[in-house]
This record gives sequence, C-alpha cells and structure tokens, in this order.
Amino acid sequence: MSARVPFPEQIAAAPEVAERFGDLHPPLDRQAAVPEANRCLYCFDAPCTNACPTHIDVPRFIKKIASGNLSGSARTILDANILGASCSRACPVEVLCEGACVMHRYNKQPIQIARLQRFAMDALHESGAPLPFEPGAETGLSAALVGAGPASLACAAELRRRGIRADLYDARPLPGGLNTYGVAEYKLPLVESLREIEMLAQLGVDFHFETRIDAAGLAELEQKHDAVFLGIGLGAIHQLGVAGEGLPGVTNALDLIAGYKSGSLTTVPNRVVVVGAGNTAIDAAIAAVRLGATDVYIVYRRGPEQMSAFTFEYEHAKNEGVKFFWHVQPTGIRGSKAAEGIELTRLESTDDGSIVPQEGSEFVLEADLIILSIGQATHSGFLSNSSSKSGKIQVERGRIVIDRATGQTSNPKFFAGGDCTNGGREVVDAVADGKRSGVGIAAWLEAQHVAV
Amino acid sequence: MSPFKPTLETTFCGIPCLNPFWLASAPPTNCGEQIMRAFDAGWGGAVWKTIGEPITNVSSRYSSIDWEGRRMMGFNNIELISDRPIEVNLQEIAEVKRRYPKHVVIASLMVESKRETWHEIVQRAEDAGADGLELNFGCPHGMSERGMGSAVGQVPEYCEQITGWVKEKARTPVIVKLTPNISDIRIPARAAKRGGADALSAINTINSITGIDLDTFQPNPNVDGKSSHGGYCGPAVKPIALNMVQQIQADAGSVLPLSGIGGIGGWRDAAEFILLGCSTVQVCTAAMHYGYRIVEDMQDGLLNWMAEKGFTTLEDFRGLSLPNVREWKQLNLNYQIVARIHEDLCIGCQLCYTACWDGAHQCIHLDRTSPVPDTTRTPAMVEVEAARKVSTTPIPKLDVGGAKMISTLTPLERIPRVDEHHCVGCNLCSLVCPVENCITMERIDKDIEAESWEERVAKGMVSAGAREVMSTNT
Ligand SMILES: Cc1cc2nc3c(=O)[nH]c(=O)nc-3n(C[C@H](O)[C@H](O)[C@H](O)COP(=O)(O)OP(=O)(O)OC[C@H]3O[C@@H](n4cnc5c(N)ncnc54)[C@H](O)[C@@H]3O)c2cc1C
Ligand SMILES: Cc1cc2nc3c(=O)[nH]c(=O)nc-3n(C[C@H](O)[C@H](O)[C@H](O)COP(=O)(O)O)c2cc1C
Ligand code: SF4
Ligand code: SF4
Ligand code: SF4
Repeated sequence: MSARVPFPEQIAAAPEVAERFGDLHPPLDRQAAVPEANRCLYCFDAPCTNACPTHIDVPRFIKKIASGNLSGSARTILDANILGASCSRACPVEVLCEGACVMHRYNKQPIQIARLQRFAMDALHESGAPLPFEPGAETGLSAALVGAGPASLACAAELRRRGIRADLYDARPLPGGLNTYGVAEYKLPLVESLREIEMLAQLGVDFHFETRIDAAGLAELEQKHDAVFLGIGLGAIHQLGVAGEGLPGVTNALDLIAGYKSGSLTTVPNRVVVVGAGNTAIDAAIAAVRLGATDVYIVYRRGPEQMSAFTFEYEHAKNEGVKFFWHVQPTGIRGSKAAEGIELTRLESTDDGSIVPQEGSEFVLEADLIILSIGQATHSGFLSNSSSKSGKIQVERGRIVIDRATGQTSNPKFFAGGDCTNGGREVVDAVADGKRSGVGIAAWLEAQHVAV
Repeated sequence: MSPFKPTLETTFCGIPCLNPFWLASAPPTNCGEQIMRAFDAGWGGAVWKTIGEPITNVSSRYSSIDWEGRRMMGFNNIELISDRPIEVNLQEIAEVKRRYPKHVVIASLMVESKRETWHEIVQRAEDAGADGLELNFGCPHGMSERGMGSAVGQVPEYCEQITGWVKEKARTPVIVKLTPNISDIRIPARAAKRGGADALSAINTINSITGIDLDTFQPNPNVDGKSSHGGYCGPAVKPIALNMVQQIQADAGSVLPLSGIGGIGGWRDAAEFILLGCSTVQVCTAAMHYGYRIVEDMQDGLLNWMAEKGFTTLEDFRGLSLPNVREWKQLNLNYQIVARIHEDLCIGCQLCYTACWDGAHQCIHLDRTSPVPDTTRTPAMVEVEAARKVSTTPIPKLDVGGAKMISTLTPLERIPRVDEHHCVGCNLCSLVCPVENCITMERIDKDIEAESWEERVAKGMVSAGAREVMSTNT
C-alpha cells in the first residue's frame, strides 16, 4: 500500500464551526480525575461493566487511573472496546454504565465513568504511544468487511489480533461511518474519530474507500475471502412524501450533520424546522442553533411521552433554545423557488388510540430551512439479490438476522452487526456486535479448518 | 437548656488550664506572636518549639502522604529544634505570659547531656515565666546525632538521669516527652517516672521515609537530591499513639499525668485520648494543615458531646475506656456474632462478597435468585457468566419499558446472602460495606456463659503451650 495522508489530516470541521461546538462534557484534569477515580467502589461483577455493551472492565480501568497507571488503564479500555475514546464521548452513559452505577442507590452522584474513560484515552493519545496490541501471527485467512463504521472496525480489530486479514470496503472517502460523520461535534469531533481509527489501523487493516458494494460485488467478496462481515449501518433518511419536498431549502439531518462536521457547511438561515423527534432530530436542531439559526422548531406527530429521543437529549435541546410543536403532521412544503414554510395539521387521538388530523387546524410555520429526520431506512435490499451458493442471508423488516452471540447470519459464511442488525442503536452497540462477530468469525474459521 | 453545663477547664499537674487543647512543640509554636494569635483563637496552652542551642535547618523539610484525594493524611519532617537564639525565645515567653497569664506556656527543652547545662536552661526557662517544662527526648532526627533527642529517649538510663538533673532544679512540673521509636514505650516511661518526672507526653514523631519519587528515585523531602529519616505524624499515626497512651496508663510503673499527642485533629480524637487517660492533648499537624481556627470546633464539639453524655468535667470520663482494653487471653471466646445484610440498604456493590471469598471465610453467596442455596458457585464462575451476557443500549423506541436504566432499587440477584452457619464473625464484610449500617454484626450466643482462653487453660481444656502461638498481632 502506498503511504497515505493520515485520516485526521484529510478533513475537518471549519474553525468557526469547531469553536461553536466546544466540548459538551469538558475533559477532567489529573487533579479532578484521581479523586473521582478513588470514589469508585470497585464493585465486584460491577453493574456498570454489565451495562456496557462491550463490557469494559470499568472498576479496573478506573482503579488504574487512581494508581497512576494510565497506559494500563487505556489498554484495559481498548481491550474491550477498540473505539474506547469515541465511546467515552459519544455514549449515552445516562442509560448505560453511569445509569447502572450503584451510587444512584444511596443518593450519590454516579461515578463519572465516561469522563474518566476519556481521561485515560486522551492520555494515551497525548503520549503518542502506539496501540497497545500487536496483530496476531498471520494465518493466511482473510475476511472482507462491508462498511467501515464502528461495527466493521471493531470486527476488523478482533480479526487482526487473531492474524486474519481484514479488507474494509466503504462507500465513503473516510472510515468511521456515523462515528465520523454523524455524532454531534460537541460530543465527538470528526478529527477525534479519525484519530482513533488511525491508531486502530496500526493493526494492519486494508481500507478500500469510495467503493460501494452491490450484489455482484458481494458475490466477488464471498469468493475471494474466507468470511464476510456486513457492517453497512442504516440508509438514507425517510422521505415525507409531500409536495415541495424537492425544493432547495429542504434537507435531511444526516446530510446537514455530515456537512457541518466535514467542513462543507458553516451556516444555516435564521428560521429552521426539524421534522421528527428522535436523537438525530435533536442533534440536527441543536446543530442549527449553533450554526446561527435564530428560530428552531422541532415538529412531531406525537407528544413528548412518545418521542424516541432520550430524556436528557430532550432537556439538552430545550436548554439550547429549541422549541417544540407536538401533535402536528406536515402536509406540504410551501415555496416557489425555495422552501418558505411547512404546512402542518394538528393531530388528535381518537378513542381507539389512533391519531387523526383535526379538521380545519392547518397552519403554516415559516421556515428558510427544513430538515427531515423521521428515521433512517434500511438498505439491505441488495443482499436478497445476492445469489450466494452457500445459502441465503435472512433479513427481517430490513434488519439482517444474526445469532447475537457470534454475529453469524443464516448463511454461515456471512456475519453481521451494528445498526443493520439492531435497527439503529449506538456506537457502543455496533462495537460490541463487531467484536462478537470478530471472535465468532475466528472461531468459525478455526472449526472449518479443523474439519477440513 | 441542658441540665448540665459542662466545662473544659481542667488542671494538669496542678497547672490550671482553660481547656485541654494545647499546641504541640512544633512550627505552630515557633514564636510569641504566633502563640498569642493561637490563644486568641482559643487554644488553652502551647508547648514552645523546643528551645536549645540554635541549629541550622535544611530546605526542604516536609513531605506527606495523601490518601485518596485528601492531603496530608500522614506528615513527615526533618527539621530540628528552634533555630532562634535561646534568649529571644525566653524573652518572648515572658512577653506571652505577661499578656496571657491564664494560658499555659510550657517550655520544651533540649540541651547537651550535661548536668550544669540542664540546670542552667531550667532556671532560665522558669525565670522567663514558663508554667512547666517539657523535656524533648523524642526528636528522631538530627538531634540524636548530637547525643540529644531520641538518643536520650531510647536509652532508659539517660532518660532517668537527665530527668533527675532537671528535677534537682525545677520548681514547675516536669513533663517528659516520649519517643515512639522504641520497642516498648513503657521502658522509657518507667525510667522517666523513676527519674522523678511529674508528667509524660506521648508521642513524638515516628521514624519514617514517606516515599520515593519514581522518576528521580529520590526519597522525599528532597534536599539536593538526598533525604533523611524523618518524623511521621498526622492522622495516620493516631492508632499508634492511642496504643502507646494505653500502654503507659495501664502500667503501674509508668502511669503519670499524660498529655496525649499524635494525629489529633478534632474533638473526637481528643475524646478518645482522654477516654484512655490523658489529661490534655497536643496538636501539631492539624494546626499546620488548617490553621489555629480548628480549635473552635474542638471545644464546641467536645462540650456538646459531654452535655449529651452527662459529663460535667473532663475528669468524669477520663480513663473510662481503660478497663475495656484487655489482654487477648482475657477475651470471651464464647461471644459469637454473625454478619447480617439489610436488604433495604444494600446497593449491590458486592464488596462484602469478594472480601469474604478472598479475605475471610467464603460464606457470602450470590444465590438469592437461585431455587436452592448454592454455596458452590465461585467468584470466577460469576465473572464468566457476566462476560457472556449480551447487553444493549436501551432505546425508548425499540425497547418496551423505555430507557429506564437508573434504578434506586437494588435487584435481588445483586444482594449477597450470608451463610450464618459458616460466618466466623470477623467483621470484614461490615468494614468494607460502603453503606452505613447495611451490614450489622448480630449476637447469636445468647445462652452460653462467657469463657476466656485464660479460663480454658486454667480448667485444663487447652494446653498452656499453645498460648505462645495464639495471637498474631504482638
Ligand atoms: C445523527 C446521528 C447521531 C448519532 N449520535 C450518536 C451518539 O451521540 N452516540 C452514539 O453512541 N451513537 C450515535 N449515533 C448512532 C451511531 O452513529 C450508530 O449506531 C453507529 O455508527 C452504527 O455503526 P455501524 O458500523 O453499524 O454503521 P455506520 O456507522 O452507519 O457505518 C456504516 C458504514 O457502511 C458504509 N456502507 C453502507 N452500505 C455500504 C455498501 N453497500 N458498500 C460499502 N459501504 C457501505 C457506510 O458508508 C458507512 O460508512 C448517531 C447516529 C446518527 C444518525
Ligand atoms: C515540622 C515539625 C516539627 C516538629 N518539631 C518538634 C520539636 O521541635 N520538638 C518536639 O518536641 N516535637 C516536635 N514535633 C513533633 C510534634 O510536637 C508532635 O509530637 C507530632 O507532630 C505528633 O502530633 P501531630 O500528629 O498532631 O502532628 C515536630 C513536628 C513537626 C511536624
Ligand atoms: S458501579 Fe459505580 S462504583 Fe461500582 S464499579 Fe461501577 S463505577 Fe465504580
Ligand atoms: S463476618 Fe467475616 S466470615 Fe462472616 S460473612 Fe462477614 S466476612 Fe465472612
Ligand atoms: S458491601 Fe454492603 S452494599 Fe455492597 S453488596 Fe454487600 S451488603 Fe450490599
């Protein structure tokens, strides 16, 4: 492979954007980290570790911070979660490790696990030390990984540590999937995601960018490799299916977020409407505020109780000044040359629990930018077209069906993990899936080998 | 209004004291100006920074041990006695006594081991107006090289002889300050008593090396790349001090009025020293850490506690705990307690579980949700099961019940169970449990008569030879 420009040096958010998206949770310094680490009880079979999808040994890495063994701490984290730095910033810890911390049960603040994790990972990155793992002795076996998001990256790391070649194919020009292009910049800056992947690449991973795999491509990969991992994530944001959707001034959350994170977008107009109330919609709305919008509305078909965003994300949005319109349905987008407003109809619930438009309640909310965020579609369609000789890959409602413990699909040579299997969860879930799959692939290949 | 109006006023060898809180001979008592500010803050007395032929100190002089984010849990110094001329110190003693006649000023003294030299310094200190004398036989560094300090405290004959010389001259009470750097504190205490001492104070600092810098390999405190044995004090040394205080007070050959020193930082510590027989207490590290103002709560807290307990004077509780310290062989072997976990308080950290398995008697189990008690499951088995669990982020949209991770209720499977038949009542689990009163030790021996090892030997139930190996903590 020819020498390439390190990932973090290839693209970045514009400086004026970076400035407005400063750390939501600032880093701890040593004098704060050590007493916080000492506060951890060092629970046995710790609930925080159980709650972490990658089962990072939380008390172990925290006690290493307390003892001043920072390299050991980082290694403990990476051993369980190769994207430990990204996760320390991106994870919704309120419902994960910190939510499970026993401290809640006697009226104490939970241990700040994520910030401690970041402290250890930052220290590793600042030290300039290499990734604390070596690739395993080459076995001559190889796997193709479709997608280079968190699921594939974690899978690749496990494979490389076992001496199995990992070829990653991604449609995008840079690795990381939504970890790079999706997570809000005030949580995880794009360059930090790339920095972490650059480190992971020390295990000797082969990247093939700007390569979209279709049915034919998949068949080719199946033939060339001993196993295939599918980490393709989810697809585009759903369309509304209303008039005016094609007007300039109508975009979707993923494009907006990827745009400001990678430097191609630096401002938004004053009046912004975000359609949808999931975590992605919240991220888009907050991004709009920080990119200079003066009025940002989230419009949603249901009420706050039904929204899919986490409570703390909802609170965050309100604090940033985002306003909410509940129980309204978009029926059209107004505008001649560009979007000028969104037509909304109020909804009411009937006795049988269904929601119906309230007659005569139509109104227009003026807007210069309309951001759609009503869920990502699946894009696993091409899998059913693939005519694999070894069997069919079972897909249910767009999600690839796997054995949770090994990541294996109904076609034994294919493994899968991440958003394309779980319907869209978090980075850490994708890492956990990828890790289990990496171990699963190695075990399966070994069994094959023994059988031969 | 409380029916009692407790007072902290007391006397020490006939010296009236406004309260039992004295500053120990150390930097907080270096000069008159400091001591007068200390008296204004509420200290009842001060033992002047040891007076003798002025010395030269090194820089730096102190180092400390921090404990889990708290500073100076143990403190160490390599400084010597006062670096100020004797006459200056004595003039200032006179000045302080003139302005604060009701406050106690004790002159701490250390001079060459010559009779005339001691006679002279005693005379001068008393002429200056000191209420008493404290003989510093305890400084563990620097001075012993000069044949003073702990060099004296460690040799009972010197201790007795010098005390005798001082007593020949002294008109005020003579307090001998003991060094803990000996194998049995009673030996120098008895020597001091034989020499005629009126009182004792204990302890001085303990020989120490507080730590080594892992980058430079230099011990601290660093004096141009080198260090020396220091004297250890502060909260870390309190248990050692209490032990020595008790040993002195329980020994007929040693017992004298005692000023307790070592790790005292608050009224609780003071109460403990008094319960073991001390009449006054002395403080150094805590005052160096937080300043003279700490004495306010020492007074207030002790008075409130006294009122609560119904004590009017310090004498009402002085020494009350002494009869409760016994030799091991006199303890009741039939007293039996077991650990009990209060489920409503348990937070499920399972520290008791791992402590009992690895550090005690393997009688705490994680089997509350298994159909029958399972005492065969080891910690390693629990860990293997946990590693196999598949956990995911709970997403409101995807998971029924939503993302409600934060629970204030501990799940039953996380609450350990004590197998009371095998619990030996060692206390360990209740000591590691982070929640107050969550594990209590409950008595279960109700109907069995008390019986000690001594009694069992007397009855011929156990061979006397076994006695030698009984206690591991001598
Ligand atoms: C806006 C937004 C914000 C988010 N914020 C957070 C957050 O704060 N914290 C958090 O933990 N999670 C967050 N998530 C979720 C998280 O990003 C995903 O769960 C995670 O990235 C999933 O990883 P993955 O590897 O399964 O898929 P992805 O990250 O989606 O990666 C899939 C990769 O596969 C590539 N690909 C797809 N199909 C093909 C093909 N046919 N050929 C070649 N390449 C292909 C894509 O280009 C992409 O790079 C957020 C998601 C979004 C959308
Ligand atoms: C810096 C320092 C200097 C000291 N100097 C003397 C001294 O000159 N004479 C003396 O008798 N004790 C001296 N001590 C010992 C203290 O008086 C006291 O016995 C000891 O510190 C234990 O009390 P503490 O735990 O409250 O600090 C010194 C202690 C320290 C920390
Ligand atoms: S649950 Fe909380 S206290 Fe216990 S180990 Fe985890 S972080 Fe530490
Ligand atoms: S008291 Fe000791 S033996 Fe009994 S349960 Fe607790 S730790 Fe185990
Ligand atoms: S140590 Fe205390 S709180 Fe922790 S599991 Fe045991 S009983 Fe419960």
